[in-house]
Amino acid sequence: MGEVEKGARVTDKLSRAEKLSAAEAGHAFGFETRQLHAGQRPDPNTGARAVPIFQTTSYVFEDPESAAAYFNLQEYGNTYSRIMNPTVAVFEERVANLEGGAGAVAFASGIAAQAAALFTLLQPGDHVVSSAALYGGTVNQFKHLLRKMNVELTWVDPDDPDAWRHAVRPNTKAFFGETIGNPGGNVLDIETVAAIAHDREVPLIVDNTFATPYLCRPIEWGADIVIHSATKFIGGHGTSIGGVVVEAGTFNWSNGRFAVVADPSPAYHGLQFHETFGTYGYLMKLRAETLRDLGAALSPFNAFLFLQGLETLSLRMERHVDNALAVAAFLESHDLASNVTYPGLPASKYRPLTEKYLPRGAGAVFSFDCSGGRAGGQDLIRSLTLWSHLANVGDAKSLIIHPASTTHRQLSDAELRAAGVGPGTVRLSVGTESAADLIWDLDQGFASVAAAAGDTADEKVATT
Amino acid sequence: MTDLGRYQDPLTIQQVLYGARTIAIVGLSASELRASYFVGYYLKRHDYHVIPVNPRESEILGETCYPSLLDLPVPVDVVNVFRSPDALPGIARDAVAIHAGALWCQFGVINAEGARIAEDGGVTVIMDRCIKVEHARYIGRMHWLGFNTQRITSVRAGLQ
Repeated sequence: MGEVEKGARVTDKLSRAEKLSAAEAGHAFGFETRQLHAGQRPDPNTGARAVPIFQTTSYVFEDPESAAAYFNLQEYGNTYSRIMNPTVAVFEERVANLEGGAGAVAFASGIAAQAAALFTLLQPGDHVVSSAALYGGTVNQFKHLLRKMNVELTWVDPDDPDAWRHAVRPNTKAFFGETIGNPGGNVLDIETVAAIAHDREVPLIVDNTFATPYLCRPIEWGADIVIHSATKFIGGHGTSIGGVVVEAGTFNWSNGRFAVVADPSPAYHGLQFHETFGTYGYLMKLRAETLRDLGAALSPFNAFLFLQGLETLSLRMERHVDNALAVAAFLESHDLASNVTYPGLPASKYRPLTEKYLPRGAGAVFSFDCSGGRAGGQDLIRSLTLWSHLANVGDAKSLIIHPASTTHRQLSDAELRAAGVGPGTVRLSVGTESAADLIWDLDQGFASVAAAAGDTADEKVATT
Repeated sequence: MTDLGRYQDPLTIQQVLYGARTIAIVGLSASELRASYFVGYYLKRHDYHVIPVNPRESEILGETCYPSLLDLPVPVDVVNVFRSPDALPGIARDAVAIHAGALWCQFGVINAEGARIAEDGGVTVIMDRCIKVEHARYIGRMHWLGFNTQRITSVRAGLQ
């Protein structure tokens, strides 16, 4: 290429850069715009407007030097879809953008994402302080898998700052909590817990699945790592299993406590991830080592479906929280329901935290206790015709389950109580149907519960 | 407190990246595991002429190494700094002396006096930004690995 030609090309690029920068300068794009556009540019080769599904395991290298540069992490390049994929990358960047993080790494499930986030910063002999009010699957992972890796756990009442403070040990490497607890509906005081964690030079990891970045962005309140089960509201339609880890990029992994992140890595020819990549050090290690070695890669097709979900995230969440509030208010006024844990209710003890962290709404997953204990809860579920009885949340369709016999089945009675689950507790995930229909179905379900209770009372009378 | 925002303007960053051909890296390490080496390697891959400045080495990345900016045999468009912040005023004076186009200070290389010396001498200053990350953000492939480039555009092919 001649000098004149190259000069003209640079000028042309610069004029486009100036045009784009002028458009971007001083303008902050809104959430609704970013949920549609972040992470994607129209495909340079085809002009495709939708995100293409790059259904490929691997990528042809330009030459041996390029291949080496990609594997050495000297150049951003695609090598193998267990580690990165262009469709998955759009999903990762979009979630990172919406959460306000430095970047994200996607996984085959939320549970895999959570394991990877922890494995990247833990080593045997370490200690984690965790909220006791968690999803049962997370409790199992921490209690059994982490202990198998010789990592100690301390469970704390998430509402008690002193409990977090006093649980810290010299070998503590992470704090863990859920923005909105599953299924107890407790709201984490993220700013306070983050300050306690940072005072001890420990990162705070927050599972933001139930809030989504539309309702709460934990990084803005001091969280260092945010985890999602994308299976839930991000996907939003109950089609795909997946997870994602977002990191703020601001935690000082070189503070002397995280040799596993800061020291030369034996698993990557002595690379010092934090020193070399700075802001992106943890994320690079999470991808290049943990994802590489755990292998729980998100499929491009599932990433595509999650991107479809993200395009309407704000619209769905507005509807989810409106319906959830209507259903919770109905339950609160019903004689056969008690202990409605929706933190968006005016009477909730989490009202101040909800106003601070969840001003647009307190999500759409909560629980209540059905009259009649275990039998009452099961009778209610048996009677419903619109709510789907299944083990998931965050679908556009309304879902119902009895945690004590399903999602939280492996927990002891004490652990159930800590998680806010009683024998008659029923968990709802309120969908986007007509609120009146959801309330109608619950109402007719309660009528069946009352009738069954009446039958039982009659039997008792008859047999005495 | 240095107002870093004025040294991180997206348009200025792009003008420097698109306009530059020759980049002198002050404090470039010969160790291929150091951040400066990653950056130097990356810039070479993207067709910039990289000139190492390091008094302890004779050659890095296959390029002749010079002890200081004042020893360089050719004009440079960008002086990229991987030194402690305290060294910045001296480097800025040298950058002015050789009529460099821009002084690009990596993450954490923050020194208000250095920035003022360079600006007063007509040298554009970019500070507390990584030249590799910014190149990857606007021109390269940062979006391939799930990093938040913060770019929103529906223009086909972006800037590539």
